[in-house]
Amino acid sequence: MGSIDFTWLIGGPQGSGVDSGANVFSKVCAEMGYGVFGKREFHSNIKGDHSYFTVRVSDEEIHSNVNDVTLMASFDAETIFRHFDEVPTGGGIIYDSDLDKITIDEVHTLDNYFKERLHKELESKSKPFTITGALEIAKEKGVNLYPVSFREILSNLAEKTENPKLKGLVRLFNVLAVSLSLGLVKMPLDPLLQSIDSIFSKKPQIAEINKQAANFAYDYAKSKFNNFSYALTGTTKQPDTILVQGHFGTSIGKMVSGCRFQSYYPITPASDESVYLESNELLEIQNDRPGSTIVIQTEDEISAMGMMIGAALTGTRSSTSTSGPGFALMTEALGWAGINEVPIVITLYQRSGPSTGLPTRHGQDDLLFAVHAGHGDFPKIVYASGDIEESFYDTGRCFNYADVYQIPVIHMMDKFLSSSVVTCKKFDPQKISIDRGLLLDKVDGEYKRFAFTDDGISPRSRLGLDNGVFWNTGDESDEFGHITEDPQIRIKMMDKRMSRLDLVIKRIPDDEQVVSFGVYDYTIISWGSTKGPILDAISMLKKEGINVGFIQIKLIHPFPSDYVKSLLKDTKTIIDIEANHSGQLGKIFKQNISREIDYFILKYTGRGMTSTEIYDSLKKIVENKANKREVLSHGS
Amino acid sequence: MALKLADYKTEVHNDWCPGCGDFGIVNALQMALAEMGIERDKATIFSGIGCSGKTSHFINTYGVHTLHGRVLTFAQGGKLANPEMTVIAVGGDGDGLGIGAGHFVAAGRRNIDMTYIIFDNGVYGLTKGQASPTLRLGEKTKSLPSPNTNYNVNPIGLAVVSGFTFVARGYSYDVRHLKDLIIKAVRHKGLSFLDVLQPCPTYNDINTRDWYAGVDLAQESMDRHSRIYKLEDTNFDPMVHYDDETEVNEKLSQALIKSLEWGNKIPTGVFYQNEIISQYSTRLTDKIPNYLENPPAKQRISENGSPTTDVSEILDSLRV
Repeated sequence: MGSIDFTWLIGGPQGSGVDSGANVFSKVCAEMGYGVFGKREFHSNIKGDHSYFTVRVSDEEIHSNVNDVTLMASFDAETIFRHFDEVPTGGGIIYDSDLDKITIDEVHTLDNYFKERLHKELESKSKPFTITGALEIAKEKGVNLYPVSFREILSNLAEKTENPKLKGLVRLFNVLAVSLSLGLVKMPLDPLLQSIDSIFSKKPQIAEINKQAANFAYDYAKSKFNNFSYALTGTTKQPDTILVQGHFGTSIGKMVSGCRFQSYYPITPASDESVYLESNELLEIQNDRPGSTIVIQTEDEISAMGMMIGAALTGTRSSTSTSGPGFALMTEALGWAGINEVPIVITLYQRSGPSTGLPTRHGQDDLLFAVHAGHGDFPKIVYASGDIEESFYDTGRCFNYADVYQIPVIHMMDKFLSSSVVTCKKFDPQKISIDRGLLLDKVDGEYKRFAFTDDGISPRSRLGLDNGVFWNTGDESDEFGHITEDPQIRIKMMDKRMSRLDLVIKRIPDDEQVVSFGVYDYTIISWGSTKGPILDAISMLKKEGINVGFIQIKLIHPFPSDYVKSLLKDTKTIIDIEANHSGQLGKIFKQNISREIDYFILKYTGRGMTSTEIYDSLKKIVENKANKREVLSHGS
Repeated sequence: MALKLADYKTEVHNDWCPGCGDFGIVNALQMALAEMGIERDKATIFSGIGCSGKTSHFINTYGVHTLHGRVLTFAQGGKLANPEMTVIAVGGDGDGLGIGAGHFVAAGRRNIDMTYIIFDNGVYGLTKGQASPTLRLGEKTKSLPSPNTNYNVNPIGLAVVSGFTFVARGYSYDVRHLKDLIIKAVRHKGLSFLDVLQPCPTYNDINTRDWYAGVDLAQESMDRHSRIYKLEDTNFDPMVHYDDETEVNEKLSQALIKSLEWGNKIPTGVFYQNEIISQYSTRLTDKIPNYLENPPAKQRISENGSPTTDVSEILDSLRV
C-alpha cells in the first residue's frame, strides 16, 4: 500500500446515525482524493443493537478491509467493549469519558457469549470489568486514548451559542465523533460542513446546529490532542471517480441496460436495489420521450417471479432482486421460465443461510443452490460479480445473455457488496451494449414460438405483437407451444433447450467467463466478492517476493471447464477461497475438472473477509504450515 | 376483416370429460371475444393448472398456461408491461382460492384492469377429486374418503372485501348469460372477478347439472325449480353510483350478504361494481405521467446496440 493506509471505525446503537456519520467521513476522504473502502455491519434490529462501519482510506487503489483499526470513534460503551482490541499500537480511540465506569454487565445489548469472552480477557489481565479496564489494555499496548466528555462539549456549545436545547441533544453524538476524528487527523472541515448542508437542505435550522457542533468538536480535537501520528492531508484526486454504495452497480446497470420492469418482495440485503430503482423511476432517454421503470412491490417472491415472467413475455427487459429465502420461493417459476425460454434476470444478493440464518450478515452460501435451482433439467446461466464497479457492467451482460440465449440468468451478488461504500471509476454507460437476440419486431406468415432451428434458438415474438400469436405452457410443448407428451418431440425439445449450455460456453468471450490475475505455482480460484480482499492480499505477498496467482470465475454455470483447465495446467497448488462452509465452487470445480482442491480458505461467520486474514492464510500455505481447511473468523 | 367465432378456436384436441362444465366457459369466452371484436394478437389468456388450465390452448389468441396458483401473478405482470393488451386470467377454484389465495387478495388491492374467471366446481379434478376450497364443510363428494373437514371459501365475498371492483357469478350451462357477463367484466375499468359455477360430472356428485337445475326440488314440489336465478331479474343494484363512503359500504355489504345465499336459491349476475376506485394504471400515471403512452413493452431502450438511457445526472451526483 502507499504511504497512507488508514482505517477508521465508527460504532453505536442502530438508529444513532452511525451510517450517516460513516457516509460523511467516506465522502470527505473521497473528496480529498483518497481511495475509500467502507463496510457496514449491523444486527437484524431497527433500533438499539450495535452497528459499526469501517472506512479504510488509502492513497492507492484498495479493494478490501484490513483487520487493524487505526482510529476508532466511539460515543457509546458497547463500541469500546467490542472493538478496543482491534486498534493496534500507535492507533487511537476517541471515546466519551463520561462512560469510564460503565461495567460490562450494564451494557444490556452485549450478548452473553461475548460478555463471557470479554470477562475472561479482562480477568486474565487483572483489569476491572469496566470501560476503564478495557481501555487500560489498549493503553498498555500503545494505543492513544482521546477522552472527550460529549455532554460537556454539548453544554459548552449550548452556552456559547446561547441555545440551551443543545445540552441534551444526543443525536449530535455522531457529528461530534466525525468532527473530532477529522480534527485529530488534520483533515479540513469544509467538506463535512457542505455535507451537512446537503443532508439537511430542507431543514436549515438543524443544519446550523449540526455545523456549530461540528466546528466546536473539530477545534476541540485540534487544540487538545497533538500526539496522533496519522494525518490525512489529501492526495492527488483521480479523475472521474465516484463514491458508490453497494447496490448502485446493479441498479444503475439495470436502468442503462433497459430493464423496464422490476418486481420484488422486501428482503435484506436485496431490497435497497428495488427501492433505489423506484426512487429513480423516471428515466431520461436520449432523443426520445421520457422512459420509466415500473417497480412493483409484490405480496411474496412467488408473485415477484410470476410478474417478472409475465412482463418479460411482452418483450420488456424484466428483473427481480432477492436474497436466499426469497429465491427459494422463486424456484418453481424459474423452471417455467426455463422450459418456456423466457429471458429474465434474477439479481441474487446472498446473505448467510440456511433458513433465516444470519439475516443481515454476509455469505456466499447459495452458489450450489443457484446452479441447481428448480426441478427438472433446464438451462440457466449463473454469473457472479466480484465488486461494485464490475456489477454495473455485468448487469448489462446478464440482460444480453438472457435475451440472446433466451434463458433465465441468475446474477450472483452478496451482502458484502451491498453494504460496501467504495470509490471507483465512474461507470461508463457506453461500455454497455444491448443485444436483444432474436426478439422480433414483426411476424410474417405462420409463426412457431419454439421452432426447431440449427442452433436451438427460435425467433421470439412477444405478447401483443401483430401476427405473433404463440402459446406457453409449463408442460412439455410442441413448436407452437401446445402441450404434447409425444416421446420424439420430447427428445427434440429437451435437446433444443439444453444445447443452449454449450452455446453459452462457445459464444461468450473467454474473458467474460473467467478473469485471470496471473497464474503461478500457487493459484487461487474464487468467485464473487472475495475478489477485493484476495487482490489486496496477493499484492501484499508480492511485496515480499511471493507470487500467488488468482483466477476469478464469473461464469459458474455452465462451467467453463476447458478454459479453467487450460489456465491452471501449470499450477501446482490450487487454493479455493469462499465465504461458505463447504467450498461450493470447489465442489463444482472438482466435478467439472476432476481435480482436487489443495487448500480451502473459508469464512462463514457472516462477516466479510479482510485482506489481512487472507494474507495470513496464504502465507501459512506457502510456508507449508496450513491446514487443508483454513477457517477465518475476524470481525465482531 | 371481421373475425368470426371460429377464428378464436384452435385445432388443439380438447380432452375434457364428456359433459364437463368447462366447455360452456370456453365457448362463452370465444363468443365474447368474437362479439367484442378483439383482435387475436391483442388479447392474452393466462391460465392456471388443472383441467381449466388447458383453456388457453383452446383459444386462438396469445395463451400462457402458467403454474398452479400463480396465474394472477403472470397476468398482472403482462398487463402492467403492456397495458394495451386485453388480459383474461382463468383457473380453477383450488388454483385461485387454495394455493393462490394470497395472490387473489393482493390482486384485489391493486385493481389492475383485467378479468379473472374462476372455474368453480368444488373439487380438484385432475388429481382425482379431492376437496377444493369451495366445497362445503361436511360434504362428501364421491372420491373423498370421508366428509370435507374444512369450511368453504366464499369467492364472491372474498373478492368484494379484497378490492375487486367488478364481482359477478355465472353458470357454465347458461352460456349466453355467461358470455354477456364476460363482456361486462372485460369492459369494466379495473379488476373483474367472475365466479363460474361449473359442474364436474366425474368427481362432484353433489353439485351436478341436475342439482343446479333443481331436479330434486322439482320432484318435491312437482314443478320445475332451478336453483339458479339472475340478480338482474330482481331489483338488486350492484353499482356504486357516487363517491361516498355510505354508498360504497352499502353496496359492499349488500354484495357480501347476497354472496352468502346458497342452497335452494343461488344468485348469478353482477354482485358489485365500483368504477370510482382508481385503477392501478391511474395510480401509476400519477407518478409516471406517460406510462400508458409509453409503457415498458413499448419503450425504446437502445439505438444501434447502444443504450439510450441517460444516467449522467445520477452519475454526476456520485462524483467526488
